[in-house]
Amino acid sequence: MNTINFFLTGVGGQGTLLASNVLAQVGVQAGFDVKKAEVHGMAQRGGSVSSQIRWGDQVHSPLIAKGEVDYLVAFEKLEALRYITTGVLRPGGTVLVGEMAIPPLSVSSGDDVYPGDDEVQRIISAAADTARTVPSLSLAKEAGNVRAHNIVVLGALSTFLEEVEPEIWLEVIAQRVPSRYVEVNKQAFQLGRDSIQNT
Amino acid sequence: MGRELLAGNEAVARGAYEAGVRVAAAYPGTPSTEILENLAKYDVVYSEWSPNEKVALDVAIGAAYAGSRSMAVMKHVGLNVAADAFFYASMTGMEAGLVLVCADDPNMFSSQNEQDNRNYAKFARVPCLEPTDSQEAKDMVGVALDMSEQFDSPVMLRVTTRISHSDTVVELGERTAVEPAEPPEYRIDRAKYVMVPGNARRRHPIVEERIAKVKAFAETFDYNRIEMGDTRLGLVAGGVAYQYAKEVFPDASILKLGMTYPLPEQMIRQFAAHVDRLVVVEELDPFIENEIKLMGIEVEGKGIFPICGELDPTVVRRCAVEAGLVDALPLSPPQGQGGPVKLPPRPPLLCPGCPHRGLFVVTNKLKVVVSGDIGCYTLGFLPPLAALHTCGCMGASIGQAHGVSKAGIAQKHVAVIGDSTFFHTGMPALLNVAYNQSDTVVIIVDNRTTAMTGHQQHPGTGTTLMGQPTYAVEFGDLAKAMGIERVHTVDPYDLKAVEAALRDCLDNPGPAVVVSRRECALLPAARRKWMALAVNEERCNGCGLCFQVGCPAIVKSDLLDEKTGKAKARIAPLLCTGCEVCAQVCARRAILRRDEMEEAKAA
Repeated sequence: MNTINFFLTGVGGQGTLLASNVLAQVGVQAGFDVKKAEVHGMAQRGGSVSSQIRWGDQVHSPLIAKGEVDYLVAFEKLEALRYITTGVLRPGGTVLVGEMAIPPLSVSSGDDVYPGDDEVQRIISAAADTARTVPSLSLAKEAGNVRAHNIVVLGALSTFLEEVEPEIWLEVIAQRVPSRYVEVNKQAFQLGRDSIQNT
Repeated sequence: MGRELLAGNEAVARGAYEAGVRVAAAYPGTPSTEILENLAKYDVVYSEWSPNEKVALDVAIGAAYAGSRSMAVMKHVGLNVAADAFFYASMTGMEAGLVLVCADDPNMFSSQNEQDNRNYAKFARVPCLEPTDSQEAKDMVGVALDMSEQFDSPVMLRVTTRISHSDTVVELGERTAVEPAEPPEYRIDRAKYVMVPGNARRRHPIVEERIAKVKAFAETFDYNRIEMGDTRLGLVAGGVAYQYAKEVFPDASILKLGMTYPLPEQMIRQFAAHVDRLVVVEELDPFIENEIKLMGIEVEGKGIFPICGELDPTVVRRCAVEAGLVDALPLSPPQGQGGPVKLPPRPPLLCPGCPHRGLFVVTNKLKVVVSGDIGCYTLGFLPPLAALHTCGCMGASIGQAHGVSKAGIAQKHVAVIGDSTFFHTGMPALLNVAYNQSDTVVIIVDNRTTAMTGHQQHPGTGTTLMGQPTYAVEFGDLAKAMGIERVHTVDPYDLKAVEAALRDCLDNPGPAVVVSRRECALLPAARRKWMALAVNEERCNGCGLCFQVGCPAIVKSDLLDEKTGKAKARIAPLLCTGCEVCAQVCARRAILRRDEMEEAKAA
């Protein structure tokens, strides 16, 4: 098979790295060769966080070449635009954006303006053949914990990856989240799936 | 054993465990930190945070002198600190394997430079191995230790940020070493281990002969491999650059180098003879390229690929197309992005509730010039605080400040250094301030942890890497013991106390120390005390003083003040920790403090 390239992005503290770990492990349990790249340390403190995951028969580079991302998954709207506008997506790529907006300091201090929802929609629709915003916060709330918003988005993503059974996702989620949150996260995953499948 | 997805750093830790390492020492530093954090999970390996990289390497050398396999771990610039130890270890050799794991940081994700530490390997005549993924990162720890014992030499395992922080699939193995039933006798060999000139002169030829033997060994080394393909192009690559080469040139012939110093000359000659064009793909310095040129072989490299920054498939492809090595990809139709868009940046910054913020608010008020150091507080250089004015390397602030003071400037000069950084290399510099008496104020920002690298223990925290309780150094007592008489310890959440202490130090001649002590707001004990403050909208007139504090939790509200027409402040309840620094800055008492919030809640 061709390599499938995922680019995940969000803001520090949003659970981007946990979601990346789940996605990478799902690939392993589905039988793929998997590589995942991310950056730690100073670049992470309060800044934007991104992670690259590749599934394939044999994956060489942990980094994805520009213009070769199949799925851009953003847990925050501004971070979605930041990477979309650098041209990471493959023509025909898919964008999934969680509904969270976290204004950076320059916005809260009034020096910059956070892009409006129309602008967000315009940019992601122009960049990708398939672009979906996922009501990640409200569905996570419905599942029982707003922090599960990242798993809602993964649920939405899973509907595009039909080669992997939902059971594998649920198995990995159960391994990776604290035991008392497993049911909430499984519910969040299902609500994320439904949000795509029922529209 | 199973197959697991491991980051390069986790894999190195696993490799050390499997290869029978008994003692490991490190100082935290991105991108190397997680190696020791993961190794500490194995009780059979003694793991420690040393105060700095030189101590860590001396510890590992001592353990290897005592007959135990050992490992020292550091980021690339850490080897500058440990270089003295690295060079004598090369001269003496050891009784058991010693591997130095060095993590370079191409592109400087979290560093002050992007030095290429392969140069140190050549400089000290020490073999250098470079893994291309986590599997090799794990396996090469054992290979390095075997080589170390075979050749009686330390061996460098050089990783980079992309190897350290990329996860790839790894086949796990078992720990192979048998623990000795009885502690061994220490083998004394003064001619080998006492590096006085007479002995060192006898050792130097042995070191030169040794590296020649390693060079011969490299010809049949398992991890040096020729993968013949299309012979029009022959690539030479090691480390993560090998993966980029495989990605961009799937058909080319590749000489994969697992050992990048010394190089297998015969193998390279043979490979070069079979390809039309020989090109090295490597990050940072033209290290392999220059070594091949010294053999008199025609080769290209940095004429095609950049010296600065890290490589990736995009850069490698672009450079390869420009050099005519590959055809350009068919142009994909440019996917519309709605034209150029200016997006607000999201730079790293001091967290809400960061104890450094209160200190910098005061140093700004007193208009002092600050020699800075390396840690979270370095971010105080960013506007709106812009409170820190130099940052060079670990421990540099105090020596610099002493020099500034001796040269003489209008106001008294200040150094700001973190707790862990002070233990690392700040202590000798403070001793110098006391000994040679300068008008220097040294502020030790003691947030009770090594915060920037992710909360590691240090000699002031009272616990060790392996979780043992231990003595916790008091900075004030330490400064006094060094000969500093004027010492204050203050809470940086209390701006008046910080100002009083700093004024006392600035207004009086001679050296002084201020310990600005408050735990990092992200530590679990601090998190339990978080409480969001709020703005009294009637009292706030939008003067903007609180915005100058530079806290992400203080935002402009949609409400405008009737008189001034300026936006009033609002506090983001999900971000605020309740440190009250902004409340102390507000001249109109418009920001409710913790007790006022409690009262409001009760009412």
